[in-house]
Amino acid sequence: MKTTRRSFIQKTALLSGVFSLGFDWFESKANSGIMQQMNPALDANRFNAFLSIENTGKIILYSPNPEIGQGIKTAFPIVVAEELDVDWKQVEVRQANLDTQLFERQLTGGSGALKHSWERLRKAGATARHMLIQAAAQQWGVDASTCKTSKGFVLGPNKGQKLAYGALVDAASKLSVPTEVTYKSRADYQLIGSFVKGVDNYKVLTGKPQYGLDTQKSGMLIAQIVRPPAFGSTLVSFDAAEVKKMPGIIDVVSFKNKVAVVGKSTWEVMQARKKLVCTYSDTSNLESDSTHQKWFDEGMKTDKAKVERKDGDFNAAIVKAAKVIEATYECPFLSHTPMEPMNFFADVRPGSVLLAGPTQVPQSAQKAVATLLGVPENTVQVELTKMGGGFGRRLNNDYALEAAELSSIIKMPVKVMWTREDDMTGGIYRPAVRYHFKAGLNEKGEMIAFYLRGVGLNAGNSTRQDNFPVGAIDNVLIESFNYNSAITTGPWRAPITNFLASAEQSFLDEVAVAAGKDPIQMRLDWLQKVKTNPVGKITYEPDRFIEVIKQVAEKAKWGKKGANVHQGFSVYFSHLSYVAQIAEAKMVDGEPKVTHVTAVTDCGEVINRSGAENQVIGGIIDGYGHAMFSKLSFDKGVPQQKNFDTYKLIRGNEIPTVEAHFVNNGIAPTGLGEPALPPTGGAVANALFAATKKRLYRQPFAGPDNANL
Amino acid sequence: MESIELLVNRKKVKVEVDSNTPLLWVLRDHLSLVGTKYGCGIAQCGACTVWIDGEPMRSCVLPVSAVGKSSVTTIEGLHEKAEHPVQVAWDELDVPQCGYCQAGQIMTAAALLKKNPKPSHDEIVSGMSGNICRCGTYHRIHNAVKRASEIASTSNSSKKK
Repeated sequence: MKTTRRSFIQKTALLSGVFSLGFDWFESKANSGIMQQMNPALDANRFNAFLSIENTGKIILYSPNPEIGQGIKTAFPIVVAEELDVDWKQVEVRQANLDTQLFERQLTGGSGALKHSWERLRKAGATARHMLIQAAAQQWGVDASTCKTSKGFVLGPNKGQKLAYGALVDAASKLSVPTEVTYKSRADYQLIGSFVKGVDNYKVLTGKPQYGLDTQKSGMLIAQIVRPPAFGSTLVSFDAAEVKKMPGIIDVVSFKNKVAVVGKSTWEVMQARKKLVCTYSDTSNLESDSTHQKWFDEGMKTDKAKVERKDGDFNAAIVKAAKVIEATYECPFLSHTPMEPMNFFADVRPGSVLLAGPTQVPQSAQKAVATLLGVPENTVQVELTKMGGGFGRRLNNDYALEAAELSSIIKMPVKVMWTREDDMTGGIYRPAVRYHFKAGLNEKGEMIAFYLRGVGLNAGNSTRQDNFPVGAIDNVLIESFNYNSAITTGPWRAPITNFLASAEQSFLDEVAVAAGKDPIQMRLDWLQKVKTNPVGKITYEPDRFIEVIKQVAEKAKWGKKGANVHQGFSVYFSHLSYVAQIAEAKMVDGEPKVTHVTAVTDCGEVINRSGAENQVIGGIIDGYGHAMFSKLSFDKGVPQQKNFDTYKLIRGNEIPTVEAHFVNNGIAPTGLGEPALPPTGGAVANALFAATKKRLYRQPFAGPDNANL
Repeated sequence: MESIELLVNRKKVKVEVDSNTPLLWVLRDHLSLVGTKYGCGIAQCGACTVWIDGEPMRSCVLPVSAVGKSSVTTIEGLHEKAEHPVQVAWDELDVPQCGYCQAGQIMTAAALLKKNPKPSHDEIVSGMSGNICRCGTYHRIHNAVKRASEIASTSNSSKKK
C-alpha cells in the first residue's frame, strides 16, 4: 500500500513542481513519521498539508483549525515557519478545509489547539527543512551537517553555496522522510515570541468577504427560521398564506418545531417572516427567574447532591473550627453574542453535500449532517469560514443542521441566517449556577475545612473538584447538583470556571480577611504545603502557581499603591495555563470605579506576542464586562433580553486599563483563549470590596441586588 | 420594487429593491459589498457603519430611499490598498481579533479624525464608544486612533514640504 502510494506521490510532486508535507493521520496510527502528500497543484482547494513549497519559491502554510478570533491562523503557521526557517514575509497562509485524513483535532475549543499541535507543527517545519538541506548537500557533494539554513535558503560550507528552497523542492521530494529531526534551539527563535500581526488583517481592513455570513454561492437562497418564543413551547400549526404573497419569497417549510421562510434576499425574508402566524402549545411548567431561584434553594438543601471530591472528614472538622465563614454566589444565564450571528450554507444534492460556514467543530458538523441525512460522512464536504467570534456558541452545530435539513427539503442551496434576536432568544446559553462555600478556620486562622456545593441548571458538574485550593486543605467536601431545564445551555468561554473562579476567588478573599491574613501570602502558604505534602490528587503544578502569584504581586506593587488605590487579588488555573490578576478600584465622586488590571500568565512558550496579549486583555475585558453588566432573564420560558438595547455588553468607555505580562518559561505552550477570563470576576469583586467594604455575591455586579443569598 | 440609483464608493450603481430596504442589505445582498457587517439590526452595535456624505451612519436602519444623491462610502471604498492612516494604524497595532466589528470601528474612527484630526484620549474613547467589540479590542482601537492621527499629521506635513 505504502509503496504504491509513495511512488504516486513522488510522480505527482515531480509533475507539479510542488513539495508538500503533512501528517497523514490516517496512517500515522501505525507510523508516526511524516508522509509526503499528494498535491494536485491545479486544484488548491483539495490540498491540505501543513506546508507546501512550489519550485517557483512560493511557500504556502495551511492552518487547519477554525479561526474565531483567537489567532490560531497566525499562531500555527508561526511555529511551522520558525522550524522551516523561512522569511515570514515570503509565506502565504491559507485556511485548510475539513480533512479528517490529513488533520487531527481540527476544532476550536477548550483552548487546546497549541497544546495538541505544538510538536506536530514543529515536526512539519523541521522535517521539510531537514530534507531541503539533504537535497542541497547531495547536489554540492558535501556533508549535510556542514550546511545550514537562513530565511528560505540552504547555505553550504563553501563560498557561493546558496540555494533557495524552491530550487531544491524537486530533489527534496524524492528523498525518504526522516523519522527523527532536531528542532531549533529556543535562543535562535526569530518568529516565536515576537509581535506578529494577524494574517487576515488586510482582508479585515479592506472588507473582503471571509465570514460565513459573507458566503455567496451560485443559486443560493436565503432563509430565516422562526422558532418557538418560549423554551418548552411546541409548534402546533402555522399559517403562511400571507408570507407566501410577500415579494421575493420562494417557500415556507416546517421541520422540527420550526418554520423556515425561504427567499431571494435577506430583507425580503425578514419582512415576510413577520406575517407568519404560528400556534404553539406550552408545557405547564414554563420556567421563569422565580422558578430558577426556587430550584437553587431546593438544590442547596437536597441530600441527593453528587459528591465530587472528599478529603479527610469535612463534617467532623467544621464543628471543631474556631471560626466558620459561609457565602453564596450566583450567576445568570448568558448569551454568547458573537458579533457575527449564527449562519450556515448547505447544498444537499444526491451523492454530495456541501456545507460552508462558521463552526468551531467542523468534523462534528460533518458527522451530524451525515447522520441526519443518512449519507456517508465522506460525501459531506465542509468549508471553513473565518468566524466573527465564537465564545463556545459555535461548538453547537444546531444552525448547520438546520441549513442541511432545509436544503434537503427544498432541494436548493440555501444559507440559513439568524438575526441577533434569533441568536439571543433561541440559542445556547451559559448555564445559571449558584454556589455555596463554607470554610472552617482553626485558632491560628488556618483553613482546616473547605466545602463547596454547586447547583446548576443544565450545567452538569458545576464544580472543578480537583483544582486549587484543593490539595492544600485537609478536610474537603465538594458536591454538585444539576437541574434539567428546558433552557438549552452549552459551553461558554471557559465553561463553568467563567463564574466558579469568580465565586471561589471572592470567597477565599473573605476567608483571608476573616483569618487576618494577606490574601496572597495565604495562597503562597497553601502552595508550599501542596509542594511538600499534598492532600489527595491534584491537577496543577504548585511551582507554576507560585511564580505567577509572585510576579503579579511585584508588577502591580501589591499593597504599595497608597490609600486611594484599592486592590483585589485572584489567581486561577484552567486549560493548563496559570493566570494571576490584581484589579484596582478607585473611589470617584463617591462611587467605586475599576481602573486597572494587571495580569501575569504562564501559558508556557508565548508563540505570538501580539496574539497572546490580545487573548489575555480581551479575556479580561470579556470577564469584566460580563461580571459587571450582562444577564439573560426569563419569564414563562421567554428570554427577556432580545438585542443589545436590553442585553448589555461592555463598551469602550467602560474598560479598565490592562497590563498583560507573561512568564514565558519555554515550557510547551498551553491554552490562551480562555484562561485569562476566569480570574477576572474575583479580582474585580475583591478590589470593589477593598474600596467599599461591600461583598458582591451576584452577577452582574452592576445589577440591583447583590446581597449575600 | 423600485429602481434606485446610488453613488457608492465613487461609482454610480443601480439596484431594483423595495425602497424601504436598509442600505446595509442593499450593499450586502445586491451590490456584493459584504465588508459592511450586520450585528444587531437596531443601530446599537455599529458594525454596519458607513459614511453618507462623509458622515458616519448606521446602515442597518437607513432605508435606501433616504440615501438619495448622497455619496455612500463603505470599508471597501476607504482605501483599497489599506493605506488610509486608520487602516495603517489598525494593522501596525494589530487591532483585529475576530475582525467582524472592525469595518464599523474603522469607518467610525476615520470619520472622527476627519472632524477632529488631533483628538484627546477622552475624545477618542467617547467618539468610539458607540461601537461594540465582543472580543474586547478596545484598548488597541483607542491606541490605533491616536496612532492614525499621528500618521495623518506626519503625511500632511510632509505633503506641505
